[in-house]
Amino acid sequence: MIQIEVNGKTLTAKEDDTILSAVRKAGLNIPTLCHMDGYPPSGACRICVVEVDGVNGLVPSCSAGVRDGMKIKTHSQRALEARKTIVELLLANHPDDCNYCVRNENCELQSLAAELGVRRRTYTGRREMLRIDASSPSIVRDPNKCILCGRCVRVCEEVQGVAAIDFTKRGSRAQIGTAFDQGLNLSCCINCGQCIVVCPTGALAENSHVKLVLDALSNPEKFCVVQHAPAISVTIAEELGCTAGSDYDGKMVAALRRIGFDRVFDTSFSADLTIMEEGSELIHRVKNNGVLPMITSCSPGWIKYLETFYPEFRPNVSTCKSPQQMLGAIIKSYFAEREGLKPDKVFSVSIMPCTAKKFEANRPEMAQDGIPDVDAVLTTRELGQILRMFGVDMNTIEPEAADTPFGTRSTAGKIFGASGGVMEAAVRSAYFLLTGTELSNLNLEAVRGLEGVKEAQVEINGLKVGVAVASGLGNAAKLLEQVKAGRKDLHFIEIMTCPGGCISGGGQPISADTNAVKARMKALYQIDASENLRTSHTNPDIKRIYEEFLGEPLGEKSHHLLHTHYAQREVVR
Amino acid sequence: MIEANIQEILESHKNAERDALIPILQEVQESLGYISKEAVVQIGRHLNLPASKIYGVATFYNQFRFQPVGRYHVQVCRGTACHVKGSARVLEAVQNALKIAPGQTTRDKMFSLEVVACMGACGLSPVICINGEFFAKVSPAKVTKIIESYRTEGVSKHVA
Repeated sequence: MIQIEVNGKTLTAKEDDTILSAVRKAGLNIPTLCHMDGYPPSGACRICVVEVDGVNGLVPSCSAGVRDGMKIKTHSQRALEARKTIVELLLANHPDDCNYCVRNENCELQSLAAELGVRRRTYTGRREMLRIDASSPSIVRDPNKCILCGRCVRVCEEVQGVAAIDFTKRGSRAQIGTAFDQGLNLSCCINCGQCIVVCPTGALAENSHVKLVLDALSNPEKFCVVQHAPAISVTIAEELGCTAGSDYDGKMVAALRRIGFDRVFDTSFSADLTIMEEGSELIHRVKNNGVLPMITSCSPGWIKYLETFYPEFRPNVSTCKSPQQMLGAIIKSYFAEREGLKPDKVFSVSIMPCTAKKFEANRPEMAQDGIPDVDAVLTTRELGQILRMFGVDMNTIEPEAADTPFGTRSTAGKIFGASGGVMEAAVRSAYFLLTGTELSNLNLEAVRGLEGVKEAQVEINGLKVGVAVASGLGNAAKLLEQVKAGRKDLHFIEIMTCPGGCISGGGQPISADTNAVKARMKALYQIDASENLRTSHTNPDIKRIYEEFLGEPLGEKSHHLLHTHYAQREVVR
Repeated sequence: MIEANIQEILESHKNAERDALIPILQEVQESLGYISKEAVVQIGRHLNLPASKIYGVATFYNQFRFQPVGRYHVQVCRGTACHVKGSARVLEAVQNALKIAPGQTTRDKMFSLEVVACMGACGLSPVICINGEFFAKVSPAKVTKIIESYRTEGVSKHVA
């Protein structure tokens, strides 16, 4: 430990601290635009400059290490003036349309300008009308609003290993772009939306389906149903300004009815259904010398990554559709039939923590007779917008339960929202399906938590089943390379596109810190610990849908409605 | 044939790492006249670099182009002496005549346009160069005529 002096007060810091990390640990904030916790510093924005005794110029605190006895002034007049000037220069060619911006009141540049007292345009720069890239079904990129902080580039390359975008051109013409400036839809982008979550401005946003949904809600011809993903109930509160990790499940169901949905379903139900199909598929593969390790297929970003970067693993990936698409297919068949509705009269909305789900719902194979299984996908952020638009007061609204025939879900389906949840749910049911008895301890602690790769061994009927869980595609790639190199002890791998799983998906509230993600994860496992129905195969509504409609897992109807196939994608990468 | 050229270049850079990127790009451009998508993908596989990164590096430098050159390659000098003598308006006139931006090639593949920093002919400024032939002390009106003459008489008069 060493001692530094910050604004006249002595602090202790670790030798490997930067000025920024030391100061922030002491509870004082220095603003940044390019810095991201957990990444090496890039020093691109210079917003975090501070004065250091004995150093002539200002020092970027994100990349300067602490030294013993260092005397630092974080908010001296000189530092504040410099920050203000930098913001004024960034604003010189920034559009003046905050009112119309998706990030109005949730923009780091806007807040910083306000905090630093920027009250007039000091500099006027050359403004070009750069082309907005709306080619992707998931992500819209507006380079006019980009401040070149580079966060999106880093998350895309360093976390996801995709590198669909990078800095192109030079100097005042520099911009973020894909290879050959193609649309994102033609690039190797996997639609995960992690770039949106880290973007400080409105340069990146989801392709909004809000209008589609509002149109359908006000159309008397349409019967509007909605499903919400397991991770939504523990994050929507945050989007509405409440504490991270509050569970708004029942309140959200009630709110969705208030804004006009005819039926509200929980995707956790079809997560249970996924477990029945995927668990049976795993057992089938193990018993029949099928391709192993089997890999999960719930995460659509991972699926596009597979098709683009690791097509050779296609036979390993479960043929199960994701829970969103399973419920979508069941709603327009079983449910529509049960209610006497024509499938094209049903408008099926899903609320997802994910931008890749928009792409997934758009895939041509996710339709029956030309009618898409899911008509619109809203992110957590878009749901927040609609709830605010409709003036729903979440504090006073009374919780309500989901609708039949998919009203019951197990907590195994609910923990799908966290990395490791699918694996834990699958192990619970696979154990039962193979042995006929329940696990004595349902908790599989080894696969919980925020680590990038988690592994465990589970003994079922004398067979040592090796399981691994990866979240963040860079971590997934490491695991896949091990399998490619001949690793044989793994039977089942869960891969989630986003680090930590759906709770930190690309559709979730902007700029969540690690503590918020931890709180969301804790909330999911709290639900699992506090309820009694904890396994998918004991869910009575799951039993009913097999009795009334599907027959058996991997049966004829399941094959037609709940399973899919994957393509190899030839894109510039 | 083009792919074979790229392969040949890559084979001459065995076990190369990312620091070999710029020399490889230069050799590819030397050989093909431009950097094709196919080339970027192959260089990426060879150096284990994403296509976006290679494109990012290549667009940083003015020397690389991403479209094949046309039958007539027009170079407009934007060096200091030419600038003082009005090369900005000359470039504008060429762009208007060809309806392309620097780095691009016309759809009929007749003309391509490149901006260069200095051709070492400052005494002749402002200067342009078409397939190695220099045109001295040009004006916007003059370059428009020159382009027009290449367009109409091009094949018979200028291809030797």
